[in-house]
Parts: sequence; C-alpha cells; structure tokens
Amino acid sequence: MYEKHILICAGTGCISSGALDVEEALIEELKKHNLQDKVRIIMSGCHGFCEKGPLFIVYPEDIFYCEVTAEDMPELVEEYLVKGNIVERLLYKDPTTDKRVISHEEIPFYSKQMRLVLRNCGVIDPENIDEYIIRGGYSGMKKALEMEPIEVVNAVKSSGLRGRGGAGFPTGMKWEFAYRSQNDKKYMVCNADEGDPGAFMDRSVLEGDPHAVLEGLVIGGRAIGSDEAYIYVRAEYPLAIKRLRTAIAQAEEYGLLGKNIFNSGIDFKINIKEGAGAFVCGEETALLASIEGERGLPRPRPPFPAVKGLWGKPTCINNVETLANVPLILRKGADWYSSIGTEGSKGTKIFALTGKINNTGLCEVPMGISLREIVYDIGGGIRNGKKYKAVQIGGPSGGCIPEELLDLPIDFDSLTAKGAMMGSGGMVVMDEETCMVDLARYFLSFTQNESCGKCTPCREGTKRMLEILLRITQGKGEPEDIPRLEKLAVSVKDSSLCGLGQTAPNPVLTTLRYFRDEYEAHIFDRRCPAGQCKDLLTYYIDAELCIGCRACIKACPAEAITGEKKEPHVIDEAKCISCGACFDKCKKDAVKTK
Amino acid sequence: MVSLTINGQSVEVEPEATILQAAEKLGIFIPTFCYDPELTLVGACRMCVVEVEKARALMASCCTPVMDGMVVHTESERVIAARKENLNLLIANHPLDCLTCEKTGACRLQDYCYQYGISESDYHGDKKDYELDDTNPFFIRNMNKCILCGLCVRTCHEINGAGAVEFMNRGFDSKVTAAFDDPLENSSCVFCGMCVDACPVGALTPKHGIGKGRPWELKRVKTVCPYCGTGCGLELYVKGNTVVGAKGDVTSPASRGQTCVKGRFGFDFLQSPERLKSPLIRKNGELVESSWDEALDLIAKKFKEVKGTELAGLASARVTNEENYLFQKLLRSLGSNNVDHCARL
Ligand SMILES: Cc1cc2nc3c(=O)[nH]c(=O)nc-3n(C[C@H](O)[C@H](O)[C@H](O)COP(=O)(O)O)c2cc1C
Ligand code: SF4
Ligand code: SF4
Ligand code: SF4
Repeated sequence: MYEKHILICAGTGCISSGALDVEEALIEELKKHNLQDKVRIIMSGCHGFCEKGPLFIVYPEDIFYCEVTAEDMPELVEEYLVKGNIVERLLYKDPTTDKRVISHEEIPFYSKQMRLVLRNCGVIDPENIDEYIIRGGYSGMKKALEMEPIEVVNAVKSSGLRGRGGAGFPTGMKWEFAYRSQNDKKYMVCNADEGDPGAFMDRSVLEGDPHAVLEGLVIGGRAIGSDEAYIYVRAEYPLAIKRLRTAIAQAEEYGLLGKNIFNSGIDFKINIKEGAGAFVCGEETALLASIEGERGLPRPRPPFPAVKGLWGKPTCINNVETLANVPLILRKGADWYSSIGTEGSKGTKIFALTGKINNTGLCEVPMGISLREIVYDIGGGIRNGKKYKAVQIGGPSGGCIPEELLDLPIDFDSLTAKGAMMGSGGMVVMDEETCMVDLARYFLSFTQNESCGKCTPCREGTKRMLEILLRITQGKGEPEDIPRLEKLAVSVKDSSLCGLGQTAPNPVLTTLRYFRDEYEAHIFDRRCPAGQCKDLLTYYIDAELCIGCRACIKACPAEAITGEKKEPHVIDEAKCISCGACFDKCKKDAVKTK
Repeated sequence: MVSLTINGQSVEVEPEATILQAAEKLGIFIPTFCYDPELTLVGACRMCVVEVEKARALMASCCTPVMDGMVVHTESERVIAARKENLNLLIANHPLDCLTCEKTGACRLQDYCYQYGISESDYHGDKKDYELDDTNPFFIRNMNKCILCGLCVRTCHEINGAGAVEFMNRGFDSKVTAAFDDPLENSSCVFCGMCVDACPVGALTPKHGIGKGRPWELKRVKTVCPYCGTGCGLELYVKGNTVVGAKGDVTSPASRGQTCVKGRFGFDFLQSPERLKSPLIRKNGELVESSWDEALDLIAKKFKEVKGTELAGLASARVTNEENYLFQKLLRSLGSNNVDHCARL
C-alpha cells in the first residue's frame, strides 16, 4: 500500500527545468530512507504553471512545492516525508500578498480556472491508459458507438462547441457536412500543428492526456462515418509524439482502437503524421496537401474538405483542444456543456498567458470571463507594479485589446468585433514599456516570414507592411505611411487566399485603431512614447547618479562621451548614434533616455 | 441550371460553372493572371477577385463555383481597390522596363496597369534581384519579371509532363526554377516552349524574336507544323515577309496549342540562305541546281538500272502518314522491302 503519491510534472517545460533529475534524486533518497514501497512517483502531464517548474505535488495532503531541484530532494524527503515538516521555502509565494501557500487550490492562478479540457493534465500518468479509464475515459466513446451517427452529430451540435483551432466554426455543423457527404471512404484529421508562437495548450493536452484526443477522434469518426484518422503533429513536439504512440498502442491492445471496437462492428485506425515545421501547414488545406506529400500550400475553398479533402475524400479537420472537449460532451451531455460559457461561445478556452505579467502559463477559463479577471486574478497583475497597456490575443493573427476594453467578455464574437480574435488562445500581456508600433512590426515579421508565397497580396503585401513598420520604428516614417498602411492592410485582409494573409494585418489594424497616437509620435515627433525604438531615443547622463567610472566612455563606438575620472560624464547628442552601448554598460543606471 | 446575378444582370449556367465562366457568358471581363481553363485552378494571383454578397472576404472568381441566388459584383469599389493594390504590389517588385521589354503590347501586367491607371507603385523597398538564365539557345528566363502566377509550372507538369520547373523557397523569396536552382539547360526541360507561351508577362522571352517587331506590327498566320506527321497547329508571327516567331495554335484540334521544340523554335530554316529551293544533281563531283523534270528523269533512269532488293528507300518524318504509305507502296511495287524512316534513326 502506498501512503503517499508524488506527482512530478513531466511536461516539456518542467522537463527542461530539470524534472527528470528531480525524479532520479527522489528515487535515490526514497531508497536511502527505505520508503520506495510507501511512496509512489507519478510523472504527470503539464500543470500549466511552467514558469514555477519543476512542480512537485504530494498527495493526499495536496502540498504544492514549486521550483524544486534535485539538490532539494534530501531535505524534502528527510523533512517532509520522514518528519512531516512542510518545507516552507519550496512553497509557492503569492506575489501580491507575499504569503506562502500550501495547496494549489489556494493559488489564484488555479482558483479562477475551470479545468475541463485540462482535467486530467497533471493529474494522471499519461502513459498509463488505466488512469484515463478510471477517470471516466472512453465512456463517451462507448456511448457514441451505441448511438446513431446523426445522434452523435446532433449532440455535438446542441452542445454549442465551436472549433478551438482559430476560426471558431461550429463543430457539430462541420461534422454534419462531413456526415452528409456520400463516399466509401472518409477521414478524420486532428490538427496538432500548433504553430502560433507562444501557444502550447495543444502540446500540453497531447502530452498530459493523449487518450482524450484519441477518444474525440473515434467519436468524430462514428459521427461522420469514417474509419481512419490522421493526427498531424509538429515534429518539434517529440514528447507529444511519443505519448501519442504509446497511447495508440495501449488503446489498440485494450480493443479501444483497431478492429471491431467494443464488439460494435466498427473499426477505427489512427495514424500519426509528423509536420515539417511551416506555420502555414496548420491551415487546413495546406495541412492536407502536406499529408499527401505535396508542398504545404493552401488550396482555394470551396470545395471544402468536408466535401473533397484528403486524397479527394470527405474529411473533417479538428483541432486538438476541440477534440478533447468531445468526450466530455458525450459523457456528461450536451445540456451540461452548453450551460457553461456565453450565448455564442460555450464551454471553456485554454489560454497561454505570457508577457509582462506575474503568473505566466496555461490557464483554462469559462468563456465569457473578463480580460481583467485573467490579467489581474489569474495572472496576478502586471510585473514590477507597471501599468497595463494592452493584451495581444490570438497570436500573430490576432489583435491587441487596450485598457478601456479590460472588461470585455472573452468569447469568439466579442473579440472579433474588437478587431482581435480568439485564434489558438495566445495571450501576450504588455505594459507601458511596450511600443505598439514595434509590436505590430514584430508580429508582421513573423507572418511575413511564414507567408507561403502562393498569392500576391500576402506574399508582396506583408513584405511592404513590414518595411513600412520597420521604417517608422527607425524614425524614417513618412506622413503618408499611416494611410498607406491602412489601405494595404485592408486589401491584404480582403483578397488573400488563406487565413494567414487574411489575418496577418490584424496587429497593424488594431494598433492603428487603439494606439494611433503612438504611430503619429514616431512619424511626426520622431519620438517613441514607450522609449523602446532605439533609433528614436536621445541618451543623456544623469549627473547625480554618474560616478565617473569611464565605463561608458570605453563602450561608446562614436566617441560621443567625455568627462574626467570621478566627474560626471556628458554625452554629445550630435555625435551620439543611439546605439545604446553606454546604456547597457553603466552599472549605476545613470545613462537615461528621453 | 443555376441562376445568379452579376452586376445586376441575371444569368443561368451549369451547376459546375465558376463565377468567371458565368461572367464570360454575360460578356463581363474579369482580369486574371494565373487562370487557364486547361490547367488546375489555383486561385493564386487574386486579380480575379469579386465581391459576393454575404461572403466575408473577396472571392477568386476563377475557382469559386456558382451558387443559386448568388449576387456578384465584379467592379465594385472594394473589388477595384483590391485589384489596384494587387497591381501596385506587383510593380513594386518588378523592373518595369517596358520600353525595351519584348512583351510590351502583349503583357497582361501592362494591360491591367493601363486599365486601372497604375503607373507607379506606392511602395519602395526590396526587389527581386536574380541573374538571368540565358544558357539555352531558345529562350531567356528573367525571374525578376516573374509575377509567380505558376502558369509555366503547371503547363510544364500537367501538359508537357516534363516537370522541369517548380517553385523554390517561400514567401517573398519564392522563385520558379529548375531542380537545384540550376540553369534550365541542366534540367529535364525539353524546350517545348509552352511555358513561354503561357507566361502572362515578359519573364520568358524567345531569343529569335528579340528586337524584330512589336506584337501589333506582326501578322499572325495559321499553319501546320511541317516537321512531323502529327500535324500540330502553329501560328507564325510574320513581319513583312519574315517569320519572327511561332507559337502553338490553341484552336488546332490536333494539338490544342501544344508544340515541341522543333515546331516552336525550329523555323529559322525558312529564311536560311542555305535552304534548298530546287533539286541538286552531282555533275563532275559538284552539286548543280537543276529543274524538277531533270531530277525526276534521272531518278526514273536509276530506278530502272537497279533491281529489287538492291533498292532501298528512306522516307521522311516531315511528310504525312498518307505520303509515307504511298512511298512504301512505291518501293514494294519496285520489288524492294527495304523501306525505312528518318524518325527511327
Ligand atoms: C495560417 C494558419 C495556421 C493555422 N494553424 C493552426 C494550428 O496550428 N492548429 C489548429 O488547430 N488550427 C490551425 N489553423 C486553423 C485550421 O485551418 C482549421 O481551421 C482548424 O484546424 C479547424 O479545427 P477546429 O474547427 O476544431 O478549430 C490555422 C489556420 C491558418 C490560416
Ligand atoms: S495568404 Fe499567404 S500563406 Fe495563404 S496562400 Fe496566400 S501567400 Fe500563402
Ligand atoms: S513584363 Fe510587362 S510590365 Fe514587365 S517590363 Fe515587360 S512589358 Fe513591362
Ligand atoms: S515565369 Fe511567367 S508563367 Fe512562370 S510563374 Fe513567372 S510569370 Fe508565371
């Protein structure tokens, strides 16, 4: 009998901060104290709080240790497991109250969340199918196999589930299209390409609860009448691929995949296809081309994949998070599901919270929660007491949401109405020190680089937008640049072939909409209000702070700084090339910008 | 049949028709670069975008199927803005040396810029800067003028089957090139020249016509290629009395615009000073021009001197099947089965 269970997070984040070393050291220490039969170690999936990793949770007491290292193991085992004294210094410290908390439920990062899709992540051993089954796994699939296909379609339709891959298309409706397409062969495809920089919810689900996705695929297969699926997962996710392979093998062994599942006479096969690393391969038609062995380029729609998809057969493509919602809907009922969220957006959404915020990581919240709650309650507010400026939602295809919209309910339609979009759920928080022109330039540089080049507006237009933005941040903006950008952004959005080009201008359009004054300051006053654009800064030395150490004089490549030893130094504005070398070098923070 | 409204006019078309085809039926012109009804539809150039009521974005008319009750605008303000911007972007990344460009007068980029009044781009930034591929005897590839419509690529893959050119790189760095970015000379290209005819701009230029005439000065003469018995239709470009170019005749039932290297590029013999125009008879070791009567008399005399299998006949691939048939008949009637054909050599 085990007396204690220890969950060590083995998501990619925690593994890279040393979770496997922690495991090794723990095994060693347990042996030393002869506790190996009393304490069970479970290497779990991601808990979402990667910033504080490796995470180390002891059950049944629910004690949440964070940022543990292998070196902490002797103390933890000796003090806690042997003597029963909580190791205070390894507990989580709430940045707002500075208090240490014991249970993860007391941590605001978790308490406002509603973890439905992430219900198993960090709780079960993802490499053990029994743990998934014990928590109700595969019972939704069993139900679906006993239902008529159209009943399954209707259940998902009435749940109100909308796709989590970006566009928010109603999943039940998509399934119905594929269901109504007549063909001897149909395919289900799981889009696990997760290309948005900063988003990692799909990876966490695949790593932490792979069976949920498999179960979702079989249910989808039952609904549309397909017996084969592909999971298109990016090759940069080796752990997710490994866990998926393990999960598929275990499910096949249990008869939950393969021939004649549950004696229902229904077969279902799941294949894995590793993606080759282009953002555009996440776009559904490019993804299909890539599975077929072609270059991953988008194709015009219609025909939609539901009519003519993989190898010309009707195909239903769903995102990982979408599919992971499906087993719950079948198990708990469409009514239960549709009671969560808002009128047009049901259920929960996982966000990848990052940027200038105290708590970063993955959080799952009910649709309709306000941005303020995410930023200030779950995120713990802005770092270092700085002022909130905006949140970029939806990755490079999304847009920014300014302070006056902090109470905006987060759902598909409200975000779109404000020029942003749900996208895959990336959420980058910016403070007063972020330059919004530079932000737009940053996201444009991503989309420009990822444009496949097939269609003219995106190939040529993203390049020109990027050039204009770059010019503005370098202080070379022209007065016509703002109308030029606007005109170009609208055309690229309106006439590009695929979603990449159609959304790439969003960061430009929203920053122009909410922060036009910053563009104007750059162009007309040659000034960057956030003090970020190097070429627009004037450097000076604060005589009060300068100790006359000559460090800046040595660093300056333009010989623009003069001054005697131990006397305050001075920068000659005429000679200064604004490279910032002195700023970086000064240990006393005496070099300032204006 | 499906009925829809385009620019306020209603039209009925087959359910498989595209918006572009429906517009053609009404005589409404929609500009295109990447469209060719013989090839896969790619919807890439976005010149043919139109406004479809209730659709979120503009739709490419070349590959959007019609729907019953659809309401389409092909020249709305929004459509024109998008097309102008498209041209604006294309010429920002284009040499615009129309003064000496061989394509002037037959260039769709030039025509549409004229139509929409675009003379200069709003954008100035990076431009393509590729070396010309001038390594083969037939045509020059200037990828700085390429607008990446992909017509040449699809023609090469889908019609010729040679698969010599493809897209390389992505985004702004996309380029049409042969394997390993080698000159075309080292590729599987068979120099049929069909890509040259497909190109809507001056990126692919036949060498023989350079400086020999503007499109509006040239008379187009339909003919049948003399090189082999297939009978491909050709259109010759003639200035004065000189042939300066050729291309496949799309109206020819035998070839529908397709050609091989000989028909497309091999017409220089027409004006060659070495071209044989009358029979030559070797007299005292020298070839001397003679009349047809004299030559035929000589041949008849020689036929009588040789017997049966001593005689052999070599026919030409450049005459028709019927003529070759008659030729072997003739040889057999003279008692010889020794007949062959230059295409087998
Ligand atoms: C450029 C681009 C990239 C995309 N990347 C992804 C992705 O990484 N993962 C994803 O699920 N959907 C992605 N999508 C959306 C897919 O095209 C598709 O809409 C989605 O997978 C459908 O699943 P859903 O209905 O479950 O959301 C992308 C779309 C575009 C235009
Ligand atoms: S919008 Fe961009 S990514 Fe999409 S097809 Fe056009 S060039 Fe390619
Ligand atoms: S390709 Fe057309 S637009 Fe370009 S230089 Fe030649 S004629 Fe002018
Ligand atoms: S070379 Fe001509 S036909 Fe080929 S892609 Fe370029 S513009 Fe199109």
